[in-house]
Amino acid sequence: MSKRLFVKGNEAVAMAAVEAGCRYYFGYPITPQSDIPEYLSRELPKLDGEFIQAESEIASINMLLGASAAGVRAMTSSSGPGISLKQEGISYMSGSELPGVIVNISRSGPGLGGIDASQADYFQSVKGGGHGGYHIIVLAPSSVQEMYDLTMLAFDLADIYRMPVMVLGDSVVGQMKEALVPHKRPETELPPKDWAVRGKGDGEQRVVKSLYLGDGELEAHNWKLHAKYLVLKEEECRWEDYETADAELVVAAFGSAARIAATAVIMAREAGMKVGLLRPITLFPFPEKAFFNVTQRCKKVLDIELNTGQMVEDVRLSVVGDAEVFFYGRPPGAGSLPTPEELLEQIKKYY
Amino acid sequence: MQQVFRRPLSLKDVQTHFCPGCHHGTIHRLVAEAIDEYGVQKRTIGIASVGCSVFLYSYFNIDVVESPHGRAPAVATGVKRAKPDSIVFTYQGDGDLAAIGTSEIIHAANRGEQITVIFVNNTTYGMTGGQMAPTTLVGQKTSTSPYGRNQAKDGAPLRMAELMAQLEGVAFSARVAVNTSRNLFEAKKQIKNAFRYQVEGKGFSFIEALSACPTNWGMDPLRANERVGTEMCDYFKLGVFKNVENL
Repeated sequence: MSKRLFVKGNEAVAMAAVEAGCRYYFGYPITPQSDIPEYLSRELPKLDGEFIQAESEIASINMLLGASAAGVRAMTSSSGPGISLKQEGISYMSGSELPGVIVNISRSGPGLGGIDASQADYFQSVKGGGHGGYHIIVLAPSSVQEMYDLTMLAFDLADIYRMPVMVLGDSVVGQMKEALVPHKRPETELPPKDWAVRGKGDGEQRVVKSLYLGDGELEAHNWKLHAKYLVLKEEECRWEDYETADAELVVAAFGSAARIAATAVIMAREAGMKVGLLRPITLFPFPEKAFFNVTQRCKKVLDIELNTGQMVEDVRLSVVGDAEVFFYGRPPGAGSLPTPEELLEQIKKYY
Repeated sequence: MQQVFRRPLSLKDVQTHFCPGCHHGTIHRLVAEAIDEYGVQKRTIGIASVGCSVFLYSYFNIDVVESPHGRAPAVATGVKRAKPDSIVFTYQGDGDLAAIGTSEIIHAANRGEQITVIFVNNTTYGMTGGQMAPTTLVGQKTSTSPYGRNQAKDGAPLRMAELMAQLEGVAFSARVAVNTSRNLFEAKKQIKNAFRYQVEGKGFSFIEALSACPTNWGMDPLRANERVGTEMCDYFKLGVFKNVENL
């Protein structure tokens, strides 16, 4: 298992799912994520698993809902427009407290847009993309290794918190090949799935549902979901700090944008500027405390995204009151991926 | 004393929310009898849909997953693939199955999923207050077809049992009614057949059950019951449209 492989990010996602014990995949073809269903259509039958190329994104997410309700580890993947179609099912899964892993190798938009790297699905992912008011856990890998590690983590978090987890990537981290060191699934203590339907046998009836019509029932259910989100904020925030200890300006970026930003930060350091990088790995729960703590001392944050400004809203809500938050981003599309030099200019501008 | 009639084990001893004269309760009972008949209550998982059928879990004493509107066949696919030893059925109305869920039912059937679908056709959206359904008869007035269904604009009502019979993946498709004793006994037989197909692993089975909706039809229960046998049965012919055992 310690062998170094040279694989695509999308393949790393599929490999991690298999290693995590996922044997059920339901999906629909869409660029740039199709390597995931292609890999799993080949591998899952060998493992007595089930691969279904569904008739639609909507059917895929509902097959995931059904399989998760039956207590197995299952996954779907798609990209922007397909994820929009899945939102109904994600809302139902959230309301029904069902685990399940959803991978979004996002496209640029709106509409059909394009297939270039994009972070324009940030709002949709972290603010509850469907109806009714809910959150899902959102993990943002920035390397092929993280595509593997965070996909594996996604299955555990989904089971522990009984909620959908999204791995949010794009064509940079999905299509790029890098070194990957695969590893075994970590030994994590997971709660029993004593809520899953199984055919009641001699036991009590089990019902997986999101309809609550009794007086006060739905309010209580929503407070229960809300309490989980508060626990997530306390327990599950993940981020990476790079050279922030003495920084006079901290760059905030996630996913593929953070890779480019990291190069720009290194260039800035080489030029003698005290610049650091704070990279959220969990987008929900957002690492608010990390931003609060770093801005106790450092009063300038430059948020960089592959969109016109989405995560920057969460950064602004998280920093200490007197910290200044600047933004640089470009709408995604062909030819709009910023270069490290371009980001270095922005760092210089606000430093 | 000999007991000659009892509640099926798979039904709970509770009052339903169904209106007087509605056929859902009768169809529920026939489904429960079929589950009891094959002794599969303990491994049956029902998939509830959206509409008057949503409270499946309140009336059936079995495990239930509630599905989004129209998606029950996809949810059933996920459940059955994950638990192939279970008996999985969906219970869906006409708006759910034949309008918003057309894609899911066609493709689950075409894949030949080993599930049973109970499709209740009452020619209207019952839960939302009697709007036009894909099965509303031409000329039928509803809250969204106040001048009557106009075939030129709204299309003709879909005959789902016949449509399903065309698909290679479907092993059994029948349309039944419960408006008379004779029809009820035939319905009981065909619903049992549908479950038997699944129990024996013979493939996808489909039952379309015609049902009265007195409240939304603006009729008393007797008149509504009569309409099932006349107007509805004229257009929606009762019968078995596919049975692979006979092919």
